[in-house]
Amino acid sequence: MVVGEVSLVASAAVVVNNMSEDQAMIELSDVTKVYNIGTIDVHALDGVSMSIHRGEMVAIMGASGSGKSTLMNVLGCLDVPSSGRYMLDGLEVGALSGNQLAEIRNRKIGFVFQTYNLLPRLTAQANVELPLLYGAGNDRKRRASEALDRVGLSDRMNHKPTELSGGQQQRVGIARALVKDPSILLADEPTGNLDSRSSAEIMEILMELNRDEGRTVIIVTHEPEIAAQAPRVITMRDGVIVSDGPPETLGQGATAAAGEAQQ
Amino acid sequence: MSPFVIITTALASLGASKLRTGLALLGIVIGVAAVISTMSVGRGAEQSITERIEALGTNLLFVRPTNTGPLSASTLTIVDGEALLDPLLTPSIVAQAPEVSTSGVVVAGRENTFAQIVGVTPEYEFVRSYSVSSGQFITNEQVVTRDEVAVLGSEVAETLFGFRDPVGQTLRISGRQFRVTGVLESRGGTALGNLDGQILVPITTAYYRLSSQRTTQGGIAVQAINVQVEGIDSMDKAIQEVTTSLRLRHRITDDDDFTITSQEETIETLTETQETFALFLGAIAGISLFVGGIGIMNIMMVSVTERTREIGIRKAMGAKWRDILLQFVSEATLLSLGGGIAGAVLGVVLARLMDGREIIGQNFETAVSGDITILALAVAAAIGLFFGIYPAARAANLHPIEALRYE
Repeated sequence: MVVGEVSLVASAAVVVNNMSEDQAMIELSDVTKVYNIGTIDVHALDGVSMSIHRGEMVAIMGASGSGKSTLMNVLGCLDVPSSGRYMLDGLEVGALSGNQLAEIRNRKIGFVFQTYNLLPRLTAQANVELPLLYGAGNDRKRRASEALDRVGLSDRMNHKPTELSGGQQQRVGIARALVKDPSILLADEPTGNLDSRSSAEIMEILMELNRDEGRTVIIVTHEPEIAAQAPRVITMRDGVIVSDGPPETLGQGATAAAGEAQQ
Repeated sequence: MSPFVIITTALASLGASKLRTGLALLGIVIGVAAVISTMSVGRGAEQSITERIEALGTNLLFVRPTNTGPLSASTLTIVDGEALLDPLLTPSIVAQAPEVSTSGVVVAGRENTFAQIVGVTPEYEFVRSYSVSSGQFITNEQVVTRDEVAVLGSEVAETLFGFRDPVGQTLRISGRQFRVTGVLESRGGTALGNLDGQILVPITTAYYRLSSQRTTQGGIAVQAINVQVEGIDSMDKAIQEVTTSLRLRHRITDDDDFTITSQEETIETLTETQETFALFLGAIAGISLFVGGIGIMNIMMVSVTERTREIGIRKAMGAKWRDILLQFVSEATLLSLGGGIAGAVLGVVLARLMDGREIIGQNFETAVSGDITILALAVAAAIGLFFGIYPAARAANLHPIEALRYE
């Protein structure tokens, strides 16, 4: 396994070096995802092509059933496409085994979940340390407290999730996503369970991470006002992208999609 | 994941639900304690049997007439025994002591008891390693004159005379009056019958005054001849010599009319029985250990289902198949190893408590040994490993997305 990891990382490094600065970090070409439910095939993704560059902040929007969650699972390497190509940092994800996907998730992707997904038994600090357990790395305590410091929770390190507010729990979630210094921050409805004040705080942190640290941030949401805070919004419907551009074009895209549906 | 992290994570998970962990442990605790205590009882019994038989005197052969039927006369006589001291035919034989045994009611004053009465010669004392605590053993003179004297086993002495010194007192056996000339040192023991419940009398007295059987060749018919061999290495040779000598004397051309058993064989037979019994008990205890393992598997299955979301989170954070497998396998193994240690302590304590105590009429002697304890612990750990693998594999095989979605 160790040999596999090394070669994986080595090949990734080679490809990264060959890339020009503006080459896409994420590149999807004609990606589909088909689920079999009984005898019916459900096309959750029906030919999605797009690219996201390093340092971008993108919101993926769509109603439930539009395929945005499936897209996020694929982007997050939790699942592989049924067909099409997904290149992440110059690496073809579709060809990887389950363990290699785990390795990629550990090194390159930081997840932020709607329901925070913290382990209730562990303290904030131990929760943030979790990704560090699955990969080489020492100094877990220090790195975890640095990440917690980054989201402004250094005074809550030894609290358990139940002793924290929703907004604080989500900040622990962000710290956990940051602790491995990932290429991509994937936030799935990060404000879905929060009141508007906490939502604003969380969005502020995510935007700061993008603006000040140049991190690639992808937010999946169904709320237009959240999506509108990102410079680029991708709208999904029925497994395909119906619009892709700055939030000002959002209305047009939606109109166009509505027009398509009418025809 | 480093082994240290794996173990601390497992301990933290187990510590999170203490009651459940305790209940899951219980099966293994009971199983291991049962295995250790029953095996200790078995070992103890085996040891005490061996010790007792060896205390009878080592290098012993027992020659007994083959029992051809209840009415047939005994074929072994006192003369056969004397013939075994022939330096040419039986050079390996050092000494021989014939015995005639019968039993009867013994009365002393207002006390009476039923005792085994053994007619012996003076040689019996050292061949069978007896010693006299007061008075003296049967003498040659008493054998020649068919004297009505008795040497009492310690238990008989106590029953009939209490704390008084029996030497010089009289008692009645089958209506005849006997003078007590000695009391034997206590031997204890159940392996070859209760030696403390015996009364020894001169062999001639036993034969002519207390029983009335005769051999076809005349002479005193005996129930056994105790033969002392010069050394443990000469046992096989001695058996050969005794066989040849007796076949010649009895003019046998086909089957022997006697059997020879060695001390060794007696020990083997008895310990074999004991071992079978111990093995049987151990098997029952082993089943309880197995059931404990199933209990652990059950708990682990529940735990995996309950922690599906945790597994999903860990997988999303980059936990590999092996990481999840190791996490649950180590939990199961630590669980049963912990139960094993607690069970070992309990088992050793139980064995110690039982040692030398009389329980349901049985005198228990236990021998706790390290190898049994280590074996039981290893088996407990192996059971945890074995019964932990299936639940752990189920956990490791969960799809991250489905595990994350699990409510």
